[in-house]
Amino acid sequence: MADMTQQLQEQVLQARQSGQKLNIVGGGTKAFMGRAADPEAGTLSLAEHTGIVEYHPVELVLTVRAGTPIKDIEAALAEEGQCLHFEPPRFGEASTIGGTLACNLSGPARPWTGSVRDQVLGIRLLNGKGEHMRFGGQVMKNVAGYDVSRLQAGAMGTLGAITEISMKVMPKPAATATLVEEMSLEDVIDYMNRRAGEPKPITGACWVDGKVYLRLSGARSAVEATAEKWSGEVMEGGDDFWQQVRDMQHEFFAGNDVPLWRFSVDSTAPNPKVEGRWFFDWAGSQRWFRGEASLGDLEPLARAAGGQVSLFRGGDRSGEVMHSQPEALKAIQRRVKNSFDPDGIFNPGRLYSWL
Amino acid sequence: MNTKPKASKAQLAEQFRSFIDPEYVITDDETLKPYECDGLAMYREMPMLVVLPETVEQVQRVMRICHENDVPVVARGAGTGLCAGAMPHKEGVVLSLAKFNRIIKIDPLGRTARLQPGVRNLAISEEAAQYGLYYGPDPSSQIACTIGGNVAENSGGVHCLKYGLTVHNILSVEMVTAEGDLITIGSDGLDSCGMDLLALITGSEGLLGVVTEVKVKLLPTPEVAQVIMAGFDSVEKGGDAVGGIISHGIIPGGLEMMDSHAIIAADDFAQAGYPRDAKALLLCEVDGTEEEVHEHIAEAEEVFRKLGATSIRTSQSEEERALLWKGRKSAFPAVGRISPDYYCMDGTIPRRHLARVLLEMEKMSDEFGLRVANVFHAGDGNLHPLILFDANVPGEFEITEEFGSKILELCVEVGGCITGEHGVGVEKIRQMAVQFNDEELQQFHDVKAAFDPTGILNPGKGVPTLKFCQEYRSIEHKQHKHEQTDAAHG
Repeated sequence: MADMTQQLQEQVLQARQSGQKLNIVGGGTKAFMGRAADPEAGTLSLAEHTGIVEYHPVELVLTVRAGTPIKDIEAALAEEGQCLHFEPPRFGEASTIGGTLACNLSGPARPWTGSVRDQVLGIRLLNGKGEHMRFGGQVMKNVAGYDVSRLQAGAMGTLGAITEISMKVMPKPAATATLVEEMSLEDVIDYMNRRAGEPKPITGACWVDGKVYLRLSGARSAVEATAEKWSGEVMEGGDDFWQQVRDMQHEFFAGNDVPLWRFSVDSTAPNPKVEGRWFFDWAGSQRWFRGEASLGDLEPLARAAGGQVSLFRGGDRSGEVMHSQPEALKAIQRRVKNSFDPDGIFNPGRLYSWL
Repeated sequence: MNTKPKASKAQLAEQFRSFIDPEYVITDDETLKPYECDGLAMYREMPMLVVLPETVEQVQRVMRICHENDVPVVARGAGTGLCAGAMPHKEGVVLSLAKFNRIIKIDPLGRTARLQPGVRNLAISEEAAQYGLYYGPDPSSQIACTIGGNVAENSGGVHCLKYGLTVHNILSVEMVTAEGDLITIGSDGLDSCGMDLLALITGSEGLLGVVTEVKVKLLPTPEVAQVIMAGFDSVEKGGDAVGGIISHGIIPGGLEMMDSHAIIAADDFAQAGYPRDAKALLLCEVDGTEEEVHEHIAEAEEVFRKLGATSIRTSQSEEERALLWKGRKSAFPAVGRISPDYYCMDGTIPRRHLARVLLEMEKMSDEFGLRVANVFHAGDGNLHPLILFDANVPGEFEITEEFGSKILELCVEVGGCITGEHGVGVEKIRQMAVQFNDEELQQFHDVKAAFDPTGILNPGKGVPTLKFCQEYRSIEHKQHKHEQTDAAHG
């Protein structure tokens, strides 16, 4: 529970002066993501910059220092019957909210509750000039100035160090139920999308090993009535299954020997025909693939499915790991990066080799 | 932007007419006149010329020509905006997207719609209804406003707390840059690799690019919706009831509040049967499955009763629901009947400060000698104070502006912001200096330059110059307001 702003700011100013680069690190549980970190760079640690700054359950708004572990936030919210309803993955006890936003990570409820980026109301950010700035606010609606807060989602710290986040929180659902049934890969995409199009309290739809899992949550009467109406068996221990999916503890994700690829695509797109194992989440919008492949080979498949692919974990992390960008967008992103971090101090090459 | 345009009006018109139907390159004052303002008609400027291209390629060529010649470009949808964000530049081109009014494709299975930017907000839901789907954000101008403008302003509506703003409901945009390049931001997936440029573009008020296509998400239409109308004998109790519902774990589809001035004006206009003696009125709409609505309506009624509601009425039919909403939805024109003019503000506050803000507003109302009626998106803290004035009384609009400015500063003081959904445009550019410091404003300018290095896109809007801000903060701005407005646009 400490405010380390001053130390962090001094460290950035010093780095700028000495021409040193900095890797931003929170709990260190996402070190496997992105391109390999620059071994020459120093570390800007947010791990001590923790604590809830303000929490108003009645407003549904939480303001928290970026190094605060997800588990601490969830414990505080649980006391008020609330939760982070975008279900941030916890890759370990130390996973922080700042890293979650920087990597734009959200769990199985994401298509229905929105992503981490969607909950963000405002941030404080330390840019490459050592300026500590405030964007957005603590209110649900705020259109003054550009949305620099949500811009950070997926930037992986390349624009600066997020030091504080204000976000929307939600009441915990009163009841949940999980329905499971056998289904082929060919049939399941259509099925999940059809279910998602019904006005029912669905908050999860995934498929693995020939079985489709649908989660219902909300008012008890609505969950029970829908579970009764829809096909599939009510699953014992359904909540545990979703926890495993959320934290990538499901057997599908185990081991590091086979690379893990993430496809973010049109939920209705036919699945790419490529040898390997698949896990569908987000009603078909997020598709995990395990197999030896190259980014160059998978990109056209992702594009044909209306989206993008990235090498999430394992494999060669010295080359590019994110879907390539067209020249015009590259140029804009370089200039945006430059506007926040003119000396290229933060996380050099972590997102793309050219950023 | 400070450079003078390198081409004259005649030269530009000639160039545009070589590839755009000459009828849609407007240069005469009479036809230019309707473009001189947007929904905030107090701010006016005649444009140099207006073009209405019909293809994306034409938009690109317009941008290239303007970029080469340092000509300002103001993109325009339906012109319903409320912050003078689409007010023309006197040496610039208004780029109207009115011809881009086609719904390109609705995908019922994937629950998405591909739209040209000139498609009206309401038209999306009307077209999607046949598939049991609708588009979430519903600004009160939804009958006329366009999706391109919604992206520019990050428009909200009465259902934001549950269903989000424009930024939460779009998947991708196709955009022409200041230099005339065509880029796609976002994808058909729910996210894309790298920094979230889609969020940055949303709400950027036409300062970063010209949107030529939008892909939106559609939602399944709820099975049922019911609205509870609850009256309270004080604003505090009304505010507590809003908190009470949310603490109870219910997220209403819509949660609106009106003060006594607004209640009476709206009831006179709509004959909705509002409790005319109430000091605060809540409209709480619950939507979802039949079971869920049934359960939540009963709980919500109980919460309101416990928290001191003096009257409670729950809609028992679609007609009754529509009637109860009619008063709220017509609150602006209703207020228009009790005053020659009104000026709508758009601050957002943390809800816990509602009573304090309303009380201070009452005090200011006495001080400035102008009445104020309040309608309030209570669920998300977005206030719409309507200041009543008469534009025919010399100097009264200036006093109104001053009053409005104080309200916005009060919103910032209690931890809120100067605009929840209407945008900054020209109107609130002064108050940007109150909400942001120089470093933050400079960062905005630098972001803008990353997209638009020569600053031709909607210059003078959204972000004030630092020189202006320093002046605004340091001196008593009352006497110097007009000079400062000029400086802000520099």
